[in-house]
Amino acid sequence: MTSSAITLRRTIRIAPLLDTAGAWLLALIWVAPLLFAIWASLTPSGQALNFSGEVRLTLENYRSAWDAAPWAIYFRNTLFLVTFTLIGQFIFCTLAGYAFARFDFFGREFVFVLVLLQLFILPEVLIVENYAMVSRLGLFDTIAGMGLPYIASAFGIFLLRQAFKSVPVELEEAARIEGCTWLGVLWRVYVPAAKPTYLAYALVSVATHWNNFLWPLIVTNSPDTRPVTVGLSLFGAPESSVNISTISAATVMVIAPLMIAFLIFQRQFVQAFLRVGIR
Amino acid sequence: MAAASGSSQDAPPGFTMDQIALYQRRRQSLYGWMLAAPALILLTIFALIPTVTTLWASFYSKGTVRRPSAFNGLDNYTSLIHDPAFWTVVWNNALYAGITIPFSIAIALAMALWANASIPLRGVVRGAYFTPTMLPMIAAANIWLFFYTPGLGVIDSITGLFGLPPVNWLGQPQTALWSVIVVTIWKEAGFFMIFYLAALQTIPPDFKEASAIEGAGRFTYARRVLIPLLMPTTAFVFINALINSVKLIDHLFILTKGGPNNATKLILYWIWEMAFAYFDRPHAAAMTVLILLFLGAVAIFQFRVLDKRIHYR
Repeated sequence: MTSSAITLRRTIRIAPLLDTAGAWLLALIWVAPLLFAIWASLTPSGQALNFSGEVRLTLENYRSAWDAAPWAIYFRNTLFLVTFTLIGQFIFCTLAGYAFARFDFFGREFVFVLVLLQLFILPEVLIVENYAMVSRLGLFDTIAGMGLPYIASAFGIFLLRQAFKSVPVELEEAARIEGCTWLGVLWRVYVPAAKPTYLAYALVSVATHWNNFLWPLIVTNSPDTRPVTVGLSLFGAPESSVNISTISAATVMVIAPLMIAFLIFQRQFVQAFLRVGIR
Repeated sequence: MAAASGSSQDAPPGFTMDQIALYQRRRQSLYGWMLAAPALILLTIFALIPTVTTLWASFYSKGTVRRPSAFNGLDNYTSLIHDPAFWTVVWNNALYAGITIPFSIAIALAMALWANASIPLRGVVRGAYFTPTMLPMIAAANIWLFFYTPGLGVIDSITGLFGLPPVNWLGQPQTALWSVIVVTIWKEAGFFMIFYLAALQTIPPDFKEASAIEGAGRFTYARRVLIPLLMPTTAFVFINALINSVKLIDHLFILTKGGPNNATKLILYWIWEMAFAYFDRPHAAAMTVLILLFLGAVAIFQFRVLDKRIHYR
């Protein structure tokens, strides 16, 4: 009895210290690979594992990585892809979300379940037939071909529907009395009310499509459309025999824009993933 | 739903009011369909039609110049199942899911508890846990490649200090899949932490105080109070992790390409390989149908069992 009481008291005192140590250790382990990549990208080739302190840091790897592939075009393509996808998702999901939230149309429940099924029947799994479809539509090796399968996102429709449903109907009725049309109500009442949802969805969508790889790999065929992830995979391929330091530099280059954005907007990013993740 | 509801019941009985209500309802229906149409058309083109054509293609033989593609029933399925690679790949994917899911969930829970506790530098710690989530899988694979490189890699350099021999982590069947699994856990745990963090913040601190007064230790509190309260979150994370265990294959392109000797080949990678490296569309289609059936079962499980209390309408 007494001995267990003593252990309990001692555990309570030691516990916060252990917690802090454990949390920090895990954090260190978790960022170590990334820190190592940054370190390797700044050391002369072959010196990445030389921690003796005599290593002279250099930006030479970044220059050779940058010169070895058309990165500017890759970045432009990723930017186009992310923008195209996001704008498309905003338009299509807004309209559909509004329909499912506020219109009592025939077959609504059934159609909505079909839409939700897409949360499980992922575009990634349908790569073979989606490739055939994109080719049939003449969109092979285009930004549109890369973005279109993701635009009618079941997730976006569901999120915006939830956001629109929480808007008080009185606001809509007031706007209608003022003479707003259906689309006017959507634009003046619902879209402004769902601003936080749009922001959260935008952050998650941009992060997802900036990082997407498999589908862009399949539907692109030329440097003029390839996004950075596909560019990086070609660059790092063992056949191309570039060394660790150069690959590190290229890797850091590819992740830098999102990482910097993440460091600046960490709170918003985490909030966005939270808001979007909870269904 | 809002605008037209109940107008026919509330209105005084009369022919014209009914007509107005009917007209209203028809207009609602029309506008609803018009607004949903663009998204529904895209979903039809990129989800519905491909699903149907996949099923269709899985029943036809591979066409050649001399022998056009012909209906062959379930032949693609039987030859697929008799391919030893099929069982290797399915087993690999089962192991991949069976290890990554519990480990990333457990680590995510630990991360969330720590990121929610009052420790110094909490924001930095939270950011560190979440960082891998923001990386493309391809970049993560590049980074881990330096860890696994035999002899020269980070791991072998460290174990070499203790006199251990170099290990070809990605090159031998015994360790390759495990090395891939480690990368996936590293990438996913921080993402799942977010959901636990959100759930933890809804648990009132009174519970902890009450259980402390009752004399319950940390682990009793965790086992009896915390984990049961987090069950819905765990269910949600589990479903997501299950879907990801099918979807997350990007790192294979960098780390192993499915080798050595199929030891790290996962289902989706195999589908990609059959379709785009060997141009064997019928078997790729048959495998896709099997994985769609699996995902459909997951969907039914989620809607029927897990979401009984969460209403989608």
